Amino acid sequence: MDTVNLDAANYKDLLKRYIDTQDEQSLYGAEQISKLFIKNNVPPEEIINLHIQALSELYPNLSEKTGHSMNFLLETMISYGMAHQEYQTLREKQLELKTEIAVAAGMQETLLATTKPSIDGLDIGVISVPAHQMNGDYHHFIKGRDGSLGVAIADVIGKGVPAALCMSMIKYSMDSLPEESMSPKAILENLNRVVFRNVDPSMFITMFYAQFIPSEQKLRYSSAGHEPGFYYRKKEDTFEEIEAKGLVLGVSSDANYERYEQRVEKGDMVILLTDGVTECRDGDRFIESEEVLEVIKGYAHLPAQDIVDHVYKHFERLQNFQLRDDFTLIILRREV
Amino acid sequence: MNLAIEVTEENIKSIVSLSGEIDAYTAPQLKEALLPLTKADGQIVEVDLENVNYMDSTGLGIFISALKSSKENNSHLKLINLQDRVYRLFKITGLIEIIDIKAAIRGGSE
Repeated sequence: MDTVNLDAANYKDLLKRYIDTQDEQSLYGAEQISKLFIKNNVPPEEIINLHIQALSELYPNLSEKTGHSMNFLLETMISYGMAHQEYQTLREKQLELKTEIAVAAGMQETLLATTKPSIDGLDIGVISVPAHQMNGDYHHFIKGRDGSLGVAIADVIGKGVPAALCMSMIKYSMDSLPEESMSPKAILENLNRVVFRNVDPSMFITMFYAQFIPSEQKLRYSSAGHEPGFYYRKKEDTFEEIEAKGLVLGVSSDANYERYEQRVEKGDMVILLTDGVTECRDGDRFIESEEVLEVIKGYAHLPAQDIVDHVYKHFERLQNFQLRDDFTLIILRREV
Repeated sequence: MNLAIEVTEENIKSIVSLSGEIDAYTAPQLKEALLPLTKADGQIVEVDLENVNYMDSTGLGIFISALKSSKENNSHLKLINLQDRVYRLFKITGLIEIIDIKAAIRGGSE
């Protein structure tokens, strides 16, 4: 209450000075005092009340009508006071939410963490950059007992927190699959049933699952509606789209996925990505996949990890670059 | 960029003409306009995408929920006049196999 009393005296002095002189200084004082009011959560009707008190003390002979009009004004301010109060509460809540999301993002990172395994004869590079606080892209490496490598790359549609929560579900379903049944086709069919049963109708997941078998130098894969990756043939120095048909996860309960196989020659690369890579924009212009491949080619002499890092840096440097979606790029290369 | 939605009713057919971009900002608007139409038994809901030059995956989500709703309510969802970029999204995701879709006719070749 003390500050209000102090402010009251201050307000009265300033008002008197302004009425007498109309100088800038007292207007500036009014501005300062209003900032202080806001800081101390003084509602607008309280300020009018101050004004009424100050007026009646300064000019005791003011007309009765002026007094009535002031009381009228006071009444009209009450809703503003309540709105202000609500704004304060919302601000506090927003701050709370922001903190909670930061904690959740941290947890997500721990939950979904995957380590790049080392596979004899295979060079692996991976980069994943979220567009917002939480990443809706997901990638996972699994090293099988037979020395094979499983790679999953996925994109949850529906962004932000719900997407991230959905990812954790996928990760745990994948962890609970027995290793024996780990063909890409079987994995996608299993996950499809999990997603179909558990997510909102407007949410879905695209996933590409590949398995590299070093003993046969073969890549087996299946796709659930995922952005097509690319296959680089060292011998011809050309890229081709990895064609794989398949419906996104979570749309139809009985979706079937086709199995595909590709022999991997020395120096060949498998490039997997999410649509964040082909959906980034430079101003109004979309970055086409040919452009991404050109950049990859430019760095092809480097280790796989350096290639993916350079590709991201290359696009990040473009003047009007906008990351509209999470960006994930994985490169696997059979070492020479 | 905005999305303009125009709905014309013809007997048992609702034609939804869209123009603009479908992304995370405009998708809720589309959902609100489209989903109720799919809830009427026997209704044909035709969405004209001729003037949609950009759609992101949030838009796909809306069409997937519209498809699910049309199956539940025995109505029919149909997408027509899709531009290349938009058509590509339905193709990659395998949705062209389960949604009634016609791409834009180009140069009278079809």
